[in-house]
Amino acid sequence: MAQNTSNYILEATGLNKSFGAVTAAKDINISIERDAFVGLIGTNGAGKTTFINMVTGYLKPDAGTIVYDGLDITALQPRDITRMGICRSFQIPQLYNSLTVFENMMVGLGVVLHHAGRGGFFSRGEALVPGSEKPLHVVADEILARFDLSSYRGRPAQILPGGVRKLLDIAMTMVASPKILLLDEPTSGVSAEEKFGIMEMVMNAVKQAGATVLFVEHDMEVVSRFSQRVIAFYDGRVICDAPPDVALNDAEVQRYVIGGHRAQG
Amino acid sequence: MKDDRTTQIVLAAIAILLVVGFFLPNWAMFLLTIALAKGMLVLGLLPLMRTGLVSFGHALYYCLGAYAAGGLGIAWGISDVILMMLAGGLAAAVVSFVLGFLLSRYRGIFFGLLSLAFSMILYGVLVKSESLGSTDGFNVVKFTLFGIRPDDEMVRFTMLAVAAVTCGIAALALHRYLGTPLGLLAPAIRDNEIRVEYMGGSARYAIHVIYVISATLAGVAGALVGAAVGHIDPEMAYWTQSGEFVFIAILAGTGSVIAPFIGAIVFAVIHSFAFDFSPNTWQMVLGGALFLIIVFLPNGLWSLFGRRLRARG
Repeated sequence: MAQNTSNYILEATGLNKSFGAVTAAKDINISIERDAFVGLIGTNGAGKTTFINMVTGYLKPDAGTIVYDGLDITALQPRDITRMGICRSFQIPQLYNSLTVFENMMVGLGVVLHHAGRGGFFSRGEALVPGSEKPLHVVADEILARFDLSSYRGRPAQILPGGVRKLLDIAMTMVASPKILLLDEPTSGVSAEEKFGIMEMVMNAVKQAGATVLFVEHDMEVVSRFSQRVIAFYDGRVICDAPPDVALNDAEVQRYVIGGHRAQG
Repeated sequence: MKDDRTTQIVLAAIAILLVVGFFLPNWAMFLLTIALAKGMLVLGLLPLMRTGLVSFGHALYYCLGAYAAGGLGIAWGISDVILMMLAGGLAAAVVSFVLGFLLSRYRGIFFGLLSLAFSMILYGVLVKSESLGSTDGFNVVKFTLFGIRPDDEMVRFTMLAVAAVTCGIAALALHRYLGTPLGLLAPAIRDNEIRVEYMGGSARYAIHVIYVISATLAGVAGALVGAAVGHIDPEMAYWTQSGEFVFIAILAGTGSVIAPFIGAIVFAVIHSFAFDFSPNTWQMVLGGALFLIIVFLPNGLWSLFGRRLRARG
């Protein structure tokens, strides 16, 4: 496979998506640089999650292409896209509720091992995780420690508090050594006091992994503090794509996205 | 990691069966052999149920395994019980591999009913096949073990020993499998299939593999029963037979690879004594037992043992 020399790790061109009469994405053109931290903002229904769903293969665009590291991934399935290094977390944490926090991590690592051809019948727990070359349970514990989840290790996911569920949901994305991480509202459902702490922890963990990050966020303080670039959506379109100090003061962004937020506080 | 004593328990159980079994009366040895064989089939249902899928059609592979084993004797005069079990497992594996491409696409009631439909197709074919004895089935040649036919007094014990060792190997192998990355996916698929896909896993692939393993065990179990009983007929593929396996699985629970054998033995005891004491209403006793289990032990009989083991551990 030829090495991609482009500075962009992800390039979405001319994306369109409609659900019946509702247009969720209109001619979306976005290019993401390597190692960037990009905030996606917009009101509900603006097209942020639709964009994430198209990039991760959950939705297929009606038109347009998505190129990741030089490869067209537009028609691929979510599992194939994940295996290539594009991972996502969810607005509502998607956990394995009957399993413990540790087992949730083990499932993901098991998938990684299986696809690396190391998780066979005779290797079991002794197999080493590709990349780190450490045993499964060691890597699981390391990721949990990075997200300050070690104390919840043996608890069933079903009974975890909201903030911890959110962290575990994000921690689970780290098992596949993501190159691009898409975080869908990482601080939603989390108290105002916890928001910055969670974002600090997540961003530190992500930096260690060396991943490019796109995160959907409604809290403009979080956006201005943690993003290098802001992409604002409105009515399925990108209305602004600029550094946070420019984007958050843009007239259209002020009018269609921030309005209420700024007024509140 | 949990302190796992499954291997020691299984090995101890095999040893106990081999020692105690020797002193049991013939009828009890036979009862135990059949219960172990059915336990092995239910063992195969365990990983499927962990993925949230209930097969109402595993009698298909049970019957197929028995007919494959019986067919060896008719076609080639082969009577070795090990070869019979291999033939039964292989026939079931091949058919389940093909059907698995379709069944792994379905979930819930659709999976259950589609699997039932396939078993009833086999039943329909067998009752119309005169060359295979139609509704009467046919007798299986008397089994041998490594070319030796046991003495009449040792026939039942030999078969019990074969069943105990085979079930032990199957239980340990499945226990091992459930700890592999693919095995760990089973409860994850039940909980959140979308997340499995977003972690790079393929739920369909995992279900297909589990289905083939499950069917293979059912085929081996069918061959074992065919050799032990000495007669096979299409009733082995009938839907009520599949229902019995699901009954045992619910009775047992899915908490451990040991559970299906406990469930099958308890079922055999309830069934035998209920039939003995109340020939016309024994089904009511079975129904009552299932009712009590569902109400008081929703995770099956194994939850009793699981609690004890957790308390000690």
